[in-house]
Amino acid sequence: MQQPVLEVRGLRKEFPGVLALDGVDFRLFPGEVHALMGENGAGKSTLIKVLTGVHPADGGQVTMAGRPLRITGPLQAQQAGISTVYQEVNLCPNLSVAENLFIGREPRRRGLIHWSELRRRAEASVAGLDLDIDVTARLDSFSIAVQQLVAIARAVDVEAKVLVLDEPTSSLDRDEVVQLFTVMRRLRERGVAILFVSHFLDQVYEICDRMTILRNGRLEGEYLTRDISQVQLVSRMIGSELADLKSLAAESHRETAQPEYSSPFLVAEKLGRRGAIEPYDLTMRPGEVVGLAGLLGSGRTEAARLLFGADQADSGTVRVNGHATALRGPRAAIGHGIAFCSENRKAEGLVGELTVRENIVLALQASRGWLRPLSRTAQDEFALRWIRALDIRPGDPEALVRNLSGGNQQKVLLARWLITDPKLLILDEPTRGIDIGAKAEIQKLVAGLAEKGMSVLFISAELEEVLRLSHKIGVLRDHRVVAQLANDGSLTPEHIMETIASGARR
Amino acid sequence: MNTTLAAKLRGQVPLLVTSVLLVAMFSVGSVQYEGFFSGQVLLNLLIDNAFLLVVAVGMTFVILTGGIDLSVGAVVALSTMVSAWLVEKHHWPILVVIPLVLAIGTGLGWAMGWVVHTFEIQPFIVTLAGMFLARGLCYTISVESVSITDPSYTAMAQTRIPLPGGTFLSPSAVIAVLVAAAAFLVLHHTRFGRNVYALGGSEQSALLMGLPVARTRITVYAISGFCSALGGVLLTFYMLSGYGLHAVGLELDAIAAVVIGGTLLTGGSGYLVGTVLGVAVLGLIQTVISFQGTLSSWWTRIVIGALLFLFIVLQRLITARRPT
Amino acid sequence: MTKHRLFWPAAVLVAMLLANLFFTPDFFAVHTKEGHLYGSLIDILHFGAPLILVSLGMTLVIATGGIDLSVGSTVAIAGALACLYISEASDPGSVSTVLVAVALALAVALVLGAVNGLLVSRIGVQPIVATLILMVAGRGVAQLITDGQIITITSDPYRLIGGGYWLTVPFSVLLAGAMVGLTLLLTRSTALGLLLESVGGNPVASRLVGIRAHRLTTLVYVASAVCAAVAGLMISSNVSAADGNNAGLWIELDAILAVVIGGTSLNGGRFSIGGTVLGALVIQTLSTTVYTIGIPPETTLVFKAAVVITVCLIQSPQFRAKATRRRTTAPGGQQPKPASADLKVGT
Repeated sequence: MQQPVLEVRGLRKEFPGVLALDGVDFRLFPGEVHALMGENGAGKSTLIKVLTGVHPADGGQVTMAGRPLRITGPLQAQQAGISTVYQEVNLCPNLSVAENLFIGREPRRRGLIHWSELRRRAEASVAGLDLDIDVTARLDSFSIAVQQLVAIARAVDVEAKVLVLDEPTSSLDRDEVVQLFTVMRRLRERGVAILFVSHFLDQVYEICDRMTILRNGRLEGEYLTRDISQVQLVSRMIGSELADLKSLAAESHRETAQPEYSSPFLVAEKLGRRGAIEPYDLTMRPGEVVGLAGLLGSGRTEAARLLFGADQADSGTVRVNGHATALRGPRAAIGHGIAFCSENRKAEGLVGELTVRENIVLALQASRGWLRPLSRTAQDEFALRWIRALDIRPGDPEALVRNLSGGNQQKVLLARWLITDPKLLILDEPTRGIDIGAKAEIQKLVAGLAEKGMSVLFISAELEEVLRLSHKIGVLRDHRVVAQLANDGSLTPEHIMETIASGARR
Repeated sequence: MNTTLAAKLRGQVPLLVTSVLLVAMFSVGSVQYEGFFSGQVLLNLLIDNAFLLVVAVGMTFVILTGGIDLSVGAVVALSTMVSAWLVEKHHWPILVVIPLVLAIGTGLGWAMGWVVHTFEIQPFIVTLAGMFLARGLCYTISVESVSITDPSYTAMAQTRIPLPGGTFLSPSAVIAVLVAAAAFLVLHHTRFGRNVYALGGSEQSALLMGLPVARTRITVYAISGFCSALGGVLLTFYMLSGYGLHAVGLELDAIAAVVIGGTLLTGGSGYLVGTVLGVAVLGLIQTVISFQGTLSSWWTRIVIGALLFLFIVLQRLITARRPT
Repeated sequence: MTKHRLFWPAAVLVAMLLANLFFTPDFFAVHTKEGHLYGSLIDILHFGAPLILVSLGMTLVIATGGIDLSVGSTVAIAGALACLYISEASDPGSVSTVLVAVALALAVALVLGAVNGLLVSRIGVQPIVATLILMVAGRGVAQLITDGQIITITSDPYRLIGGGYWLTVPFSVLLAGAMVGLTLLLTRSTALGLLLESVGGNPVASRLVGIRAHRLTTLVYVASAVCAAVAGLMISSNVSAADGNNAGLWIELDAILAVVIGGTSLNGGRFSIGGTVLGALVIQTLSTTVYTIGIPPETTLVFKAAVVITVCLIQSPQFRAKATRRRTTAPGGQQPKPASADLKVGT
């Protein structure tokens, strides 16, 4: 076998409180497309950022073509031959295509930029990728797909031996993906090693020769794509062997009767948003827990955000209690009794510098308007009751929320919505990143709420959890709801995993 | 290719509007007032606004990176004060004083840029502190106006460089034109200049593309400091005095000139030519008002404010419509 | 005790007052003359009242993460309008004339504030840019109103606002106190304060809990303009004249400074009205001190520069990280590298 162009041994990277990479080995051969797979928090982004010089490594060795390499910064990584194209195009939208290709290394004549030479080289560069565009036009006058290709052109133009593509396809449509893959195959023929990160399993199987799977910051294994089935891949990413899952499923399915008889609280028909989630149907009944299962980036969050009006749907209708409504924004959704706990607690949920009490009453207060304040006594009552009920620690309602641990922050967020007494509670990854005890408490809470008549939309990457709680499970893959399965006792994690992997409707 | 052509044109809209405005103002002035349509009126625009042009050029660099420099007026005042004090009270030669003043301005700008970059404090508050500091330093030198009688300064003030057609320019105007030309070359034809645009377009991208972000950011503030100090030197020639109350509100004029010149306040988009046109618009407003005779000087402010409003709303409409 | 948010501004204020005692031994003396209170402390309150008002409005704007540069112009416009109306009125000394003048000034301020607010919240212009427009044009408008002159008036009821006494205390102090009280009541006894802090602290989360951020944002700019207008009335009333050029000059900068000294972060979020009042008093005391010590009053600017930089450095996380890193050499005291934490790339 030939020598790898890039080899990483025992890579370690620690962030305060988190060991993001724990002794990861990784190798990349010239002329291959190599997929880096793993769920959220597996360490994919960290590995990429270490390789591209954004984060310094805390331990381990990197060798490039057999020689040791110390990566100190983005520029130095580029000079060493590792170029990166990120999901959000990291070029300057305000500059021309030609400038974006060559900025920092423009050809010069007598100290000044040699514009005609720059233009000629840029044209040659984009022509090399079969791209016919005006290189003097501003970058932002082109579609994201073209911008992505320009980024790739820039990356390979710096004599890249290794090209890292971090989720390049997440905002491209099918034709654009085809165009991108054509370019990738051409680069592969030229001997460039491509590291490809994508949440789209089809794409991985279509383009990649080999894959490395990470889980919880550790290496799970390296496989040739043709040697590993999609089901095996998914189970390795999620981290449960199929046998384990089967035994778990036997005891975990819901025993409560399906509340089919009640009239639905919310009915969504053909609800969709271009580039986020393809149109889907969903019915939520009082007392029903609907789970959404799918890999990270499969469109789970996007589907939920439409129901809350956090993003505007561009197709479909929503009926709440039988009346058609346009969910024009969160305020409208809240008015209908819908609540939404975002998966991104810090950026979209909590106001870090406010206290636990203030964060808990925020949604209720917002819906009352500023002129009808909750009295301090009422606020304290709410805060203390929910601190006790959910065992939020520290139990001080005046503690600043940003100083709480992830699990406790999640509970604060839950408490915020529970005091608004919602009819439909949307929980996006409520148990991610929190310890096992808190996880069990939250699961118990969700089951209890449903028994009292609340509808819950429960989103989680952990299949066991979804199975344990849900009456009905929507399975997502590649921004599409591919199946809606009734959790009638016969459903196992294996079924769900197969559905995710195959995309077939059961 | 139609879409890219449209996009290209859209980027030029503010510049086009400014040019049309300028031509319209000059035409209306020429038709309305006797003696308006003359080469010297145009040249006087340059002579009277030489210092503003130099300061606005420096401001253009800062705004292109997405920053702002509120200290320029104060640095101008400090430069006039230091010049006057050294020349009059200590009889230092002009050839020593001017480089020293330029060094002080550049140093102040550099320091502000360093603080902005290192501590990630908003540029507006850092340069506000710089403004307080520079104005305050003026008064520690002298609370009164210090007038200059030094022959080399008066010579600079009175020299007229004759041009064909009986018109003339002042040395300051020539310096201002040279500064603008040099800035044009730097912004549009050097790597540093393009890095300024890249930084204004997307700091994160600039970092990831391996551009020298720290150096670029600090340098633009140093350039603005240098230009302010040079503007101060030119103002000293013009006023023949140093005073802590010189150039009050100049920062607003400079910002207005840059914005009216079509540069986006969010950074990354604009042309140096636009700034020159912007300064010309401001100067022309004053000229028209002085020719008009009955309109009072405060109409200048109101018109500038109205133009600012127009251009800022225009900018929002243009950026909002850009495909993302 | 040093943990309390008002500790530092209060400590600075007390230290400055004590420093004055060193130069003028009878600094703290307050005596009554003709039923009026006199003394340096009263002067500080009296002359500081307009700044307190402007800072009050500025605090609310800054709490939402914005800034209002136009307050100085609003001060000038309000004073100019009121004085113009009174000077043209047939009966400048009557209470009704003065009330109409005040109402006129406040109404115009409402409009100006609404324009600022709508530019920021609806059109999405950066606050500093949106309010810059009025900052530039407003001075011209004020001079247009006064026709470039200084309008002097004689009107006892108007004089009361900024220069008169009521119950032995300067009326302006009472007025400022009342407005501070009203603002405290409005923000802390209703949910307004909480919602403002939420919008400033995390705009995205605020939208997702259903807070009407647009409306709140517009409201704070209106409040800021009204506060500035009242300050403008005070300033013009105190000298019985309106000066479109110099009234309220640089007051926006002093107000921002007062807010920052008072412990409200320029990034928005938590605000402290008490802190702002202390901050404004610190600035006024600084001016008074410099004046009594006999330093040229203009050099206060240098001190202000020092204060701005110090306060901002203390608020800057990067600076604190650097300072603590240098102090703690023991292992475990390491901070995450801020530069890399700022790179948010991909997922």
